[in-house]
Amino acid sequence: MEVGQLQERFVDYTKSLFCEGFLDDQFLQLQQLQDESNPDFVVEVVSLFFEDSEKLLNDLTKTLDQQFVDYKRVDAQVHQLKGSSSSIGAQRVKNACIGFRNFCEEQNIEGCLRCLHQVKQEYSLVKNKLQTLFRLEQQIVAAGGAIPMVE
Amino acid sequence: MNLGCGQAVESMSMPSSSVSCKSGDGVSDQFPVGLRVLLVDDDPTCLLILEKMLRNCLYEVTKCNRAEIALSLLRENRNGFDIVISDVHMPDMDGFKLLEYVGLEMDLPVIMMSADDGKNVVMKGITHGACDYLIKPVRIEALRNIWQHVVRKKRHEWKDAEQVGSVEDGERQQKLAEDADYSSSANESNWRNSKRRRDEEEDAEERDDTCTMKKPRVVWSVELHQQFVAAVNQLGIDKAVPKKILEMMSVPGLTRENVASHLQKYRLYLRRLSGVSQHQGGLNNSFMGPPEATFGSMSSFNGLDLQALAATGQLPAQSLATLQAAAYGRSTSKSAIPMPLVDQRNLFSFETPKLRCGEGQQQQPNNNNSKQLNLLHGIPTNMEPKQLVSLHQSAQSFGGMNMQVNTHGSQSNSLLSRTQMLNETSDGHVSRLQSSTGQPIMSTGCAIGVLAQNNNARGPLYIPVSIASSTPDFSVNNDTDLSGSSFPLGSNAGMSTFSSKGVLQEEFNSETKGSRGSLLSYDILNELHQQKSHVWGSQNVGLTYDASQHANIRGSLDVSPSVLVQQGFSSFQNVGQNRNAVSKAVFSARQESGHGNAPNFSRQLNTFLVDSSPSVKAERLPDSSYQNILFPEQFSQEDLMSVLLKQQQEGTGLVESEFGFDGHPLDNLPV
Repeated sequence: MEVGQLQERFVDYTKSLFCEGFLDDQFLQLQQLQDESNPDFVVEVVSLFFEDSEKLLNDLTKTLDQQFVDYKRVDAQVHQLKGSSSSIGAQRVKNACIGFRNFCEEQNIEGCLRCLHQVKQEYSLVKNKLQTLFRLEQQIVAAGGAIPMVE
Repeated sequence: MNLGCGQAVESMSMPSSSVSCKSGDGVSDQFPVGLRVLLVDDDPTCLLILEKMLRNCLYEVTKCNRAEIALSLLRENRNGFDIVISDVHMPDMDGFKLLEYVGLEMDLPVIMMSADDGKNVVMKGITHGACDYLIKPVRIEALRNIWQHVVRKKRHEWKDAEQVGSVEDGERQQKLAEDADYSSSANESNWRNSKRRRDEEEDAEERDDTCTMKKPRVVWSVELHQQFVAAVNQLGIDKAVPKKILEMMSVPGLTRENVASHLQKYRLYLRRLSGVSQHQGGLNNSFMGPPEATFGSMSSFNGLDLQALAATGQLPAQSLATLQAAAYGRSTSKSAIPMPLVDQRNLFSFETPKLRCGEGQQQQPNNNNSKQLNLLHGIPTNMEPKQLVSLHQSAQSFGGMNMQVNTHGSQSNSLLSRTQMLNETSDGHVSRLQSSTGQPIMSTGCAIGVLAQNNNARGPLYIPVSIASSTPDFSVNNDTDLSGSSFPLGSNAGMSTFSSKGVLQEEFNSETKGSRGSLLSYDILNELHQQKSHVWGSQNVGLTYDASQHANIRGSLDVSPSVLVQQGFSSFQNVGQNRNAVSKAVFSARQESGHGNAPNFSRQLNTFLVDSSPSVKAERLPDSSYQNILFPEQFSQEDLMSVLLKQQQEGTGLVESEFGFDGHPLDNLPV
């Protein structure tokens, strides 16, 4: 595929991610932070996010799996996930976390489990999307093109 | 770039050449480039993003993911950072704790951040001294301006440094003064100076409160003070020395000096409670803040004092209640404790006067505003001698007067001595009073306190004398303050009505109307506050109530409360003439009260004189409905009597006509 096409795909794909709410404005901020001194900044940050989130989600699963659920701990973990997802602009994950916290407050185990499931789903989705996006970027670069800025 | 930056502290310093160093004033032409930021967050994603953002702002960033690491970094290199940005929720230490430590030890500006944008959390940040609170996700724009906090803080520090010096001097002076056990004039001047400085100090403190703490001052938060009190109690007040207290409290960053000065204030406060006479001036100021604020404080003090008194068993519970009731101008309920006793901590909270008075006052919205009101908070309507004493105390505290409620020994004596003390302390004001009246009016002490409050002479001192025995005119209450508590609350605004004009405002509507109950002690109070109006004689105050003075006691005898109480009020009549009259009235009132009947201050003054029994018995007061009897009955009865008698001779008639009550001859007063 030639560069122009790749770039076009890239732009369209990025736009769709925003439209569908997978990403929000914060992601743009990240992109703006990327510069010559840090050409891979976005990829680095997002990779870090994936790593961290997976750990958190595993922890959450374990915590909710206990006989006596420590809701404070659950809440703290969800709070952290909310913070990191919002920092990279993973909007749907963040929103899922907000709902999750409400159930934590109520100490509603079913609600929490449902939310956990939902968060995991959103997380998987956004992870896929972002990985696709990064692949596109790599392809563009490999084809000798520049990655277009998406408004 | 390391992604796994959580564990170690990374410090990427920019080449020094490109970084402007902080000069003395902290600002160089390249500022804020090179601002040294310490970033603390347990979330690695956020840490990375923020670091990048800060780097893009050309700041020098050090990041760490644990609060302890951050603290050790800060401690190792006290001057190594300009500002700290910290997350709120961290696993090893709460962000607010870190905030406190940094504020105490290093006094750097700290910015809190969190994904949590709940109002409570943000408020917590503010109260703990954060200079800003950022909601995640943080945008780079928010970080660009953080340098403003550094500049602001530096400016405050410079200003503080100037003031602190003078304040410390003032404190020293005051200490000397206190040790000298008031030699009056000397003390007063010292006291004045220190008062002024303390006011400045406190103002400055308040001003800065919203930002991080300024050094060297420590904000004595409620928790901190509690720890302090616990330590002191454990050691025993006599044995409590700053060093040991400091050790027991083990609050990092707290210095021995901080504890020492706080201890001094605390001791003064306790002394006040226990009735030890001392030079109160300084104390008042320190706890009360500016005069205006004292009203609020007063009430809080009242509550405190009363409570303390009650707690010490010296003040019977009921008395306490009545005192409180009186303070509020409640006329009747003896059992009601209108004012929740203010937490002792309030006293020591310098953060805002509002804090002090607000808590103590129950429903008194305008604690701060209306000086008057606060005066009588907690003053029971039925004043027993003891209660009067307490009221006295409260009144005193109100104005920051150091009126010690003398709960020991015979109340009358104590009152007398107290007033005398006050006299002395007021630097002669009291004596003035005395001279004018010929009586140690202030012996009740409270009068003084209250009067002192009454800085503005204009407010008539309401002496809750219910002169208006039968005439409603006296319903001092009407006007205001007198109702209920006739405690001479000297209000700065001149309100010093005993009854709390200010205090009871709500009840009475007080204020201003004119019947400010300025208590007899205005004189003293005024003096204390360097006010011109004197209680007794002060033109303004004293008997004048409001300007209309003299003769109009519309019902509210502005005369010092106790005076009013007494039949001697009739002698008041000549308000115009006197101060003496007033004072006498006060005295007599006091004496009456000394009889042990807690005057029911709530009564209107009117009825006060009605009773036949001569002395203005305290009990009469209630009957007489003079609300403001404020004086503790501790007057020396002899004094009161003589005053009253004199008054009586002078011209009782006037009073009657003016106040519309049957002049009760002073003859009745028991000699």
